[in-house]
Amino acid sequence: MISHLRTMWLVFLHLFQKRATIQYPEEKVPLRPRWRGRIVLTKDPDGGERCVGCYLCAAACPVDCIALQATEDANGRRYPEFFRINFSRCIFCGYCEEACPTYAIQLTPDFEMGEYRRQDLVYEKEDLLIDSQGKYPGYNFYKMAGLSAGVKEKGKGDNEEAPVDIKSLLP
Amino acid sequence: MTVMQHIWIVLGVLFVLLNIAAGLIWVERRLLAVWQDRLGPNRAGPLGLFIVLADTLKLFFKEDWIPPFADKWVFILAPAIVVASVLMSFVIVPFAPGIVVADLNVGLLFFLAMSSLGVYSIVLGGWASNNKYSLLGALRGASQMIAYEVFMGLSLMGVVMLSRSFNLAEIVAAQEKMWFVVLQPVGFVIFFIAGLAETHRLPFDIPEAESELVAGFHAEYSGMKFGMFFIGEYLGITLISAMTVTLFFGGWLGPSFLPPVVWFFGKTFLFIALFILLRASLPRPRYDQLLTYGWKLLLPLVLLNLLVTGAIALSLKH
Repeated sequence: MISHLRTMWLVFLHLFQKRATIQYPEEKVPLRPRWRGRIVLTKDPDGGERCVGCYLCAAACPVDCIALQATEDANGRRYPEFFRINFSRCIFCGYCEEACPTYAIQLTPDFEMGEYRRQDLVYEKEDLLIDSQGKYPGYNFYKMAGLSAGVKEKGKGDNEEAPVDIKSLLP
Repeated sequence: MTVMQHIWIVLGVLFVLLNIAAGLIWVERRLLAVWQDRLGPNRAGPLGLFIVLADTLKLFFKEDWIPPFADKWVFILAPAIVVASVLMSFVIVPFAPGIVVADLNVGLLFFLAMSSLGVYSIVLGGWASNNKYSLLGALRGASQMIAYEVFMGLSLMGVVMLSRSFNLAEIVAAQEKMWFVVLQPVGFVIFFIAGLAETHRLPFDIPEAESELVAGFHAEYSGMKFGMFFIGEYLGITLISAMTVTLFFGGWLGPSFLPPVVWFFGKTFLFIALFILLRASLPRPRYDQLLTYGWKLLLPLVLLNLLVTGAIALSLKH
């Protein structure tokens, strides 16, 4: 009985405590940089697409909301021909970001993406691709990669050894 | 009093009560929010007051569905009984000197009789739904209400002994010198607990226990028929608060800088707030705990209270 009265008194004291409500449309919620919101495709420092169309994000996606088709340009540089994310299925788990070897696909702190029509939640490549390097500035996959795709020649990278001459017998 | 005055009082009481019942939707949500560090409804209209209007509109426009397997007439009648029986109880509540619908000599008995009619609503509602969950909820509700009704009446007998009347206006008048809460603290506490169980409000909302019985006796109800159960519950809260004020807290009595009606409604509102505070703070007891508590603790306690009150009243008389 006493503990019940004490409970009631303690609950009553909440009358004088600060409200925890955030009045959303007027007051914004403080979001952390690692918040898993809207998915974007980023570009490398030279303005090229980072995505190489490796399908790892689509494979990692638990709800299969990512669809893409890889293709190559004249230099042998791979890029997605189309890249489509169905946000009405996406669960914002961030597995695609973890799977991406080139830091192309990233989740941003933007969550205000409501639409009146379901079809408007299907984002095409031009909706996803942003003119920014996102969370990993300065990273260019084709400068690290050991192949020539018009960015640098084979073996000319900073941390790359010269290619082995496979025609020679000498070690 | 002329006939017209009577009619005006009846209409006025009805108007005020139904508005209070509707307004409690807002009051309860705001107060619960306050005690849970939230803001509660604050978008629809000033301070969120239009939430009442929105809720009512929503209830009216929902599909009012009667299950094909239900006993149709009883199903329709059940929610009306709860509202009617509670409204009937208000007939004897004296809001201020002269403002009472029926100044009955057996007012208190009439109140007890009407409040016990409320159990029909629950039992018939649960039975007519023809659904096992509803029936179980109705059974639980019935046993709870019958158990707590027994000593609800007994807890008031101390008041009757002290005031020597069943007439509520006379009971209020008898508190001119001292409120009965001072003379009958045990009676007040037990009456309030019994009232809580009678209106099956939290923490005693056993018939509705949503975690085990879907929604208990009103699981099949929709639209305004469900709303009637809801209004009945809010009217019940108001009734028990009003009766507590009348019987133990001096009714309309108070310093004369405010009119008696204001005193009455002010005190009543405090008890309504207490009802909501109880909902915000206490957990629901188990079904068997509830009945054990009622029969084994509160009933002997109330009989003891009756005995002591009677003994003291007798010894003071001699």
